[in-house]
Amino acid sequence: MLRHEWRRDGTGAEAVAKSLVIALAGVAAAAALALLGLVVVKGIGAISWTFLSGMPVNRGIEGGIFPSIFGTFYLLVLTALVCLPVGIMAGVYLTEYARPGRLLSLVNGAILNLAGVPSIVYGLFGLAFFVLFLRLGSSLLAAALTLACMTLPVVVTATRESLLAVPQSYREAAWALGATRWQTIRSVVLPAARSGIITGAVLGLSRAAGETAPILATGVAFVLPRLPSGPTDRFMALPYTIYIFATQIPDMPKERMWGAALVLLAMVTSANLLATFLRSKTQRRQA
Amino acid sequence: MTAELTTALATEGFCLSFDGRPVLRDISLTLRRNTVTALIGPSGSGKSTLLRGFNRMNDHLAGVGISGRITFGGREIYDPSTDLAQLRTKIGMVFQRPNPFPKSIFDNVAYGPWVHGVRQRRQLASIVERSLRRAALWEEVRDRLGQSALELSGGQQQRLCIARSLAVDPEVLLMDEPCSALDPAATQKIEDLIEELKREVTVVIATHNLQQAARISEQTAFLLAGELIEFGPTSEVFTAPRDPRTNEYITGRFG
Repeated sequence: MLRHEWRRDGTGAEAVAKSLVIALAGVAAAAALALLGLVVVKGIGAISWTFLSGMPVNRGIEGGIFPSIFGTFYLLVLTALVCLPVGIMAGVYLTEYARPGRLLSLVNGAILNLAGVPSIVYGLFGLAFFVLFLRLGSSLLAAALTLACMTLPVVVTATRESLLAVPQSYREAAWALGATRWQTIRSVVLPAARSGIITGAVLGLSRAAGETAPILATGVAFVLPRLPSGPTDRFMALPYTIYIFATQIPDMPKERMWGAALVLLAMVTSANLLATFLRSKTQRRQA
Repeated sequence: MTAELTTALATEGFCLSFDGRPVLRDISLTLRRNTVTALIGPSGSGKSTLLRGFNRMNDHLAGVGISGRITFGGREIYDPSTDLAQLRTKIGMVFQRPNPFPKSIFDNVAYGPWVHGVRQRRQLASIVERSLRRAALWEEVRDRLGQSALELSGGQQQRLCIARSLAVDPEVLLMDEPCSALDPAATQKIEDLIEELKREVTVVIATHNLQQAARISEQTAFLLAGELIEFGPTSEVFTAPRDPRTNEYITGRFG
């Protein structure tokens, strides 16, 4: 009798916990879907060939946002070119070469803290260091270096954690065959850690793609007559264009603002999907 | 033959410590070529550490202190001029848990030669086939060399790891409890393999399994708390041990 009672109680708690978990997961999913749905519904009407491929006309009220798409893409490529090699190599050094000790934990702690620095602070740093001190001026290069600084801790941390997850037995097997440290890292450890590093890098870069504060003072412009012809030119970028469309131009059709947001969202989402695809591909090869 | 030619590995007063705590004390033993030597002793007796001393795998750990000598072919392996990569192609190692790389069967075996500069596909293929045959795995995997090594059974993975070590033509094979994660049938296969291999290589095997040591080895070294208690022909160590502690261990009174 008693046992029966107890079991019913247990099942009751089980059912409550289960429905609570499902409900909360539903809330999280609903929030994401609502955001996505809102942007799609409000912005889809603005999407047209002219909108995607044309130059802005009349402060952006007419024409297209191509320079902003191009600028964001260009900016991200430069950022990735700087922060991926530096970040991955730094992660490799910290995990595979550096001797454990107080200095190493200090450096690791500093990198973790850097990841939490507000993006506007990076913007100010970029203005002071890259634009003024290094005399790069307001430019794609200065903005990309600033974004690279911001993304670096994410890439380093993702690299470190993926490398730490690689079983030590893989390294020992390679060493025991006479592989040098670097040969082991290049041909065994990095391939085994690839999926985690790719995921971390894409997450960091897609966050950088949406940032306004770090590029505000380092090179972004509202409207430019031409596309940037090189890394020393100023540029337009989607997040800033969205901000301007939303707040600075009173007679801007709201649809165009949502349209620009939809384009940015699509870019970031497709980057994330690409990362997922690459990851599943490398994992299948490893499985 | 001179001692130089019949001796594969020799230690003289070899001591090793971690962070100042001694793990091996004054180990002196001589391993003859093309024989199987078993290292036995309870957990923590230092047999794995001694095994890893022969190919300097302990170098990768922090806080290791070493004194005494280990010679291989008459040359001091802890000499600063020793080429570690070369030493480790001559002295291969098989680990306690099968640890194939998350790569194909082919790439696992080809890894060693590839690292040492062999790039021609045909040459690699012939090394892979020869090594898999030597490890008695060829017939089981010849049709699926491109498959991931992680899809093999535990026993097959361990033989793959042996094939991977053999691919660089070692003179010595160090085996660190290679059967402790395997079932009896897989263990049997590895033991047969060791019997086969000793024609060409010198095998040093650390094992918890006393029957295994008695079955496959010519010489046995008994370690206890980092000291070499007894070293001699396996038949003598198991039937007429000179030290009472050896007797206690092999009759199962501790360990």
